[in-house]
Amino acid sequence: MSAEQSYISLYQANRECLMAASPEVMNTLRDEAIAMFAQRGFPSRKVEDYRYIDVQQAFEGKEQYSMPLPTLPLNSSKQGVITLNDASLLNRYYSKIADNEDAITALNTAFTHECICIHVGKNQILDHPIELTDTFTSDEDQMEHKRIMIVLDEGASAKIMLRYVANNKTHILTTQVVEVYVGDNARLELYELEETHTSCTRFNNVYMKVGRYANVKHNNITLFNGLTRNTIKATLVGEFSEITLNGCVMADKSQVVDNNTLIRHEVPNCTSRELYKYVVDEQAVGAFAGRVYVAEGAQKTVSEEVNQNICASSDARMYTQPMLEIYADDVKCSHGSTVGKLDEMALFYMRQRGIPLAEARMLLMQAFVGQVIDEIPIVPLRDRLHIMIEQRLKGELDKCVGCARCK
Amino acid sequence: MKSEEFASVKQNSNEYVKQVANEQYKYGFTTDVHTEIIEKGLNEDVVRLISQKKGEPEWLLDFRLKAFRYWTSMEQPKWGHLVLPEIDYQAISYYADPTSKSKNADGKPKEIDPELIKTFDKLGIPLEERMALSGTAVDAVMDSVSVKTTHTKALEEKGIIFCSISEAVKKYPELVRQYLGSVVPYRDNYFAALNSAVFSDGSFVYIPKNTRCPMELSTYFRINARNIGQFERTLIVCDDNSYVSYLEGCTAPMRDENQLHAAIVEIVVMENAEVKYSTVQNWYPGDADGKGGVLNLVTKRGHLRGNNSKLSWTQVETGSAVTWKYPSCVLSGDNSQAEFYSVAVTNNFQQADTGTKMIHIGKNTKSTIISKGISAGRSQNSYRGLVKIGAKAEGARNYSSCDSLLLGSHCGAHTFPYIDCHNNSAIVEHEATTSKISEDQLFYCSQRGIPTEEAVGLIVNGYAKDVINKLPMEFAVEAQKLLSVSLEGSVG
Repeated sequence: MSAEQSYISLYQANRECLMAASPEVMNTLRDEAIAMFAQRGFPSRKVEDYRYIDVQQAFEGKEQYSMPLPTLPLNSSKQGVITLNDASLLNRYYSKIADNEDAITALNTAFTHECICIHVGKNQILDHPIELTDTFTSDEDQMEHKRIMIVLDEGASAKIMLRYVANNKTHILTTQVVEVYVGDNARLELYELEETHTSCTRFNNVYMKVGRYANVKHNNITLFNGLTRNTIKATLVGEFSEITLNGCVMADKSQVVDNNTLIRHEVPNCTSRELYKYVVDEQAVGAFAGRVYVAEGAQKTVSEEVNQNICASSDARMYTQPMLEIYADDVKCSHGSTVGKLDEMALFYMRQRGIPLAEARMLLMQAFVGQVIDEIPIVPLRDRLHIMIEQRLKGELDKCVGCARCK
Repeated sequence: MKSEEFASVKQNSNEYVKQVANEQYKYGFTTDVHTEIIEKGLNEDVVRLISQKKGEPEWLLDFRLKAFRYWTSMEQPKWGHLVLPEIDYQAISYYADPTSKSKNADGKPKEIDPELIKTFDKLGIPLEERMALSGTAVDAVMDSVSVKTTHTKALEEKGIIFCSISEAVKKYPELVRQYLGSVVPYRDNYFAALNSAVFSDGSFVYIPKNTRCPMELSTYFRINARNIGQFERTLIVCDDNSYVSYLEGCTAPMRDENQLHAAIVEIVVMENAEVKYSTVQNWYPGDADGKGGVLNLVTKRGHLRGNNSKLSWTQVETGSAVTWKYPSCVLSGDNSQAEFYSVAVTNNFQQADTGTKMIHIGKNTKSTIISKGISAGRSQNSYRGLVKIGAKAEGARNYSSCDSLLLGSHCGAHTFPYIDCHNNSAIVEHEATTSKISEDQLFYCSQRGIPTEEAVGLIVNGYAKDVINKLPMEFAVEAQKLLSVSLEGSVG
């Protein structure tokens, strides 16, 4: 049986159970989504967006993993912004911008059974950041299809962090679809931090729609993982909006991190910035594809994209593909991309002053990815990330952060 | 000035502008010459017929047939950022010989038809050797046949071989057999397979060891007959410690239907050798409504086999309705160097998806990519490039810079670079910008009495200077003129 077929069978076997557990709006799209998945199949390496990872291989044989259907014990936060399966929100927004033409999103739409909704009402300003931590502690191999929806109404402001942690060395496969709607004049800071382990396979598709005068900052930090694919697609539909996509990746062992971003400028006078930095060591593979699309008529667009990478060992691989697709003339768009090694002169300078080579290398790497961290406006988070990166470079991260192991 | 006079001057200048605009493609004439054209369509018999007409040995026919069989098993690729019109491969004739009338029974031409000489004269390509001092040897190819190669004698004295590839197959079969298909195998891609099956004429260049070619070598390609495809094949081999500079030019008549041009250029560069390959591509781009024009689907690749070898591609692309090509370099030799300089201009409904591939295999290899795209009208202009650093390419270095300039709000400029790095000692840099001509620059020129159109020409030429400077002198002047002409009517 092909990998696709085994997931379709799995769906058919669990269809009733899924239907019973979830709200109607999610159920109405299910059959359509699996049909789309059946038609598309897992994208092969010939599909431009997936040329750097073998999706089929990532999914193959994992259909046997257990797929628990827990309902999150969710206590509404003080401000009442987090809810589960909020019917009125789901009816308005569910799967409106998620692209079911993408086989992985379609698979997620077919299998997901609950949606975490974060809704910040008109002109509501959240004074504390929200952190959603997804922790895997199961003792058996697990599969999970998660759905998150973030809706910021006009003038709202929120800081949200999605954290992925895995403590046990069991195999985990997750697909996650995040839909983000940012209304006019709204401000959103969205952080995603991954500290899982080498037996984790994650597919994370984030879709964003950004309104007039809105401001969005997305930070995507991968400190420890197995195979991770992040797809971030942002569409700017209101004039004068601003978006920043930043990310940093530390990968070693045989980790694979593939970040694929798309910023669509549909209207004039918008600004986008992108900064992604990778350090790939040992046998790790890093891939980055960043596309900026400027539609016809989207004049006065300003877009800057920077991707810088360090290959730290002879077996590490780095693939980068910064792309510009521009159909308007009065724009200022640029991208820069580099792949290189640590600065020999700087290493020499430090060694001259008695800093051992290993430490000098570490300092340089820390400073290299530090640029991404330094742009984070929340000071305690920034400090914490600096410490985490230092620990990561010293190889101490998997000892300290996963509490289960420290005990 | 009286108002009437002023009106008349204005009227005249309008006339002039109109005239220039209509004249845009000045090589669009056709030559009335008896041309032997084979039946339209493509099958094994056609491949055999072409081979027979050229009196080819058995091994070459085998090569063609293998390529043809492979081609039939393939599908036309679709991945380019292009809308390629449907090509009916059975509606094209694959061999057209304008020299057939003037041939002896043994197939050798008696004398060249004066019409042909006139045509090439009109194109600025003298076939008489009276211009011996011009310093360029020319191989002139019309449709499927090489009309004449000049200066062969002078070159032979130095041991340099410069002739049409059909002649080379007869005279130097061993050399051709050794290198043909060694850089671009027939399985490389769809159009390479097609070319390998039906290729007609092109040039063969062999520079022996320790020789510096005393003059520029040049091939001029002309499509004349209707409903034919041109499948040029060029092979350049530069042996140890040698140098050659090679130029390529091309034009075609204005026709309403698309014409197919699918070429292969292979270059082999041995130890310490250097090859400089320059192209000014000016195929008919189609009319202002996007009707007609040449489909330029070309595979060009150089193999830097020897240590310390050097290859430089320079291209100025102004013509063709569709340009889809990536002149590439495989840097196998240690310390080898490759360069790619390109200016691609698209106007009206032209489409270009062009760039390069730099594949670093040897140690301490260096490559530079400078690409300048200019799009106007409703055209689409894409840069697509691959820089691949192999696992053994210690100390490899690449620098790429791609700039795009947009003139007009309906055109598109796109950049698709790919960097694959498999070595930690390599340094790869890529940068790209897209913008339009700044208002300040135009204002500065207007203030000084320079009309807008001229100012745009001036600015564009300045923008493309990095690349134009790399062209041999005669070509540079031509390219500069071409840039201004290609952009006429794109402002205002």
